[in-house]
Amino acid sequence: MEVESLARSLAEQPFCKALTQSQVEFLAGCAKNARFDAGEYLVREGSASESMFLIRSGTVALENYLPGRGSLKIDTLVPGDVLGWSVLLPPFRWHLDARALEPTLAFALDANCVRGKVQADHGFGYALTLRLLAAADERLTQARLQQLDVYKAELR
Amino acid sequence: MTDALFPEPMAILRIRNETADTFSFDLDARPRGGFRFAPGQFNMLYAFGFGEVPISISGDPLRPGVLTHTVRAVGPVTRALQGLKKGDVIGVRGPFGTPWPVDEAQGKDVLLVAGGIGLAPLRPTIYSVLSRRKVFGRVCIAYGARTPGDLLYTKEIARWRGRMDVQLEVTVDRGDPEWRGQTGVVTKLLRHFDFTPHDSVAMLCGPEVMMRFASRELEGLGMPAPRIYLSMERNMKCGVGSCGHCQLGPTFICKDGPVYPLTQLVRLMSVREL
Repeated sequence: MEVESLARSLAEQPFCKALTQSQVEFLAGCAKNARFDAGEYLVREGSASESMFLIRSGTVALENYLPGRGSLKIDTLVPGDVLGWSVLLPPFRWHLDARALEPTLAFALDANCVRGKVQADHGFGYALTLRLLAAADERLTQARLQQLDVYKAELR
Repeated sequence: MTDALFPEPMAILRIRNETADTFSFDLDARPRGGFRFAPGQFNMLYAFGFGEVPISISGDPLRPGVLTHTVRAVGPVTRALQGLKKGDVIGVRGPFGTPWPVDEAQGKDVLLVAGGIGLAPLRPTIYSVLSRRKVFGRVCIAYGARTPGDLLYTKEIARWRGRMDVQLEVTVDRGDPEWRGQTGVVTKLLRHFDFTPHDSVAMLCGPEVMMRFASRELEGLGMPAPRIYLSMERNMKCGVGSCGHCQLGPTFICKDGPVYPLTQLVRLMSVREL
């Protein structure tokens, strides 16, 4: 019953829009609700990727820590965003910190469970990987634009 | 406008520092009976002894007695303008250029995308739309800046954001430890707005590369290219299409622009060094 309810909520996530109903239900078997207080870390750089997250509400900052400069925010995630393609990529470790800037709700997808289902059903694995690739492509495009530092160069 | 090439003297009423290098000043247009302009148009501002620069009008079109410009001090003329004080006089020619399609947007959702000081040319549109709020659909404003310290009009942004009938999101490319808002490029804000892409009008202003990325994102969301408008920037001198300094392909930005539909620009924007 709980999985059915999770599957219905999960299906509303933009990340899951391109998945079939049966694929969403399959994925829901790995999902649980997670709640984070403002300031609480979802993940820490270097730690094992134990979960992938789909943000339902709140804002999450992605940060890198630089000695002498502290934690630098490089991106923020908002409802509808996904965090955690490293669950599929060895060595299954986080490359950054993710910290809730405000009370945040997310779906937490267990990494071992997701990896197991990707192996067990390659059709599902392909669909999930395509969604993660689309998210990675979007994030990469944004990062490239961010790197251009376009506002510094403007001459208005 | 009496003589498009003759600067008209106007006195500075008020100066406000917006950021470390950007300031706004109000000119007194009351002695000439007010200064009428359409959102998106610009003036040539003459700092006597230094020269002229094209600056978009950033004030309220419904307050013609006060003519407002927001200037980033980046060169000799704009630095000279920065050094002026209340009561000083500058020369003004204008208004020049094509306006934002505010009337075309009536009955549709309005999406305004601003980057950096690109919010200044869009601010008159925001005033216009909010003054007739009921004739527009949903109003979405995306604003990106380099850092939190580079954000313009922060008090007004807070007021607009507080309205129930406006969706406004702000992001910075580089957040500092105190920054509680979004970090990342302005284009990432677009897909989170609640609007109907095929029944919207978008107006984009900011660095050209930002507008290129943002217009691609909007097209990807299903927005028709003819409904996406961009404000272009080049080295404008005469303001009337005579000198050729602001030529962009077959057009002169000072008289055929600065506001163009994407359909007119899409090929030109892909030509390098144009």
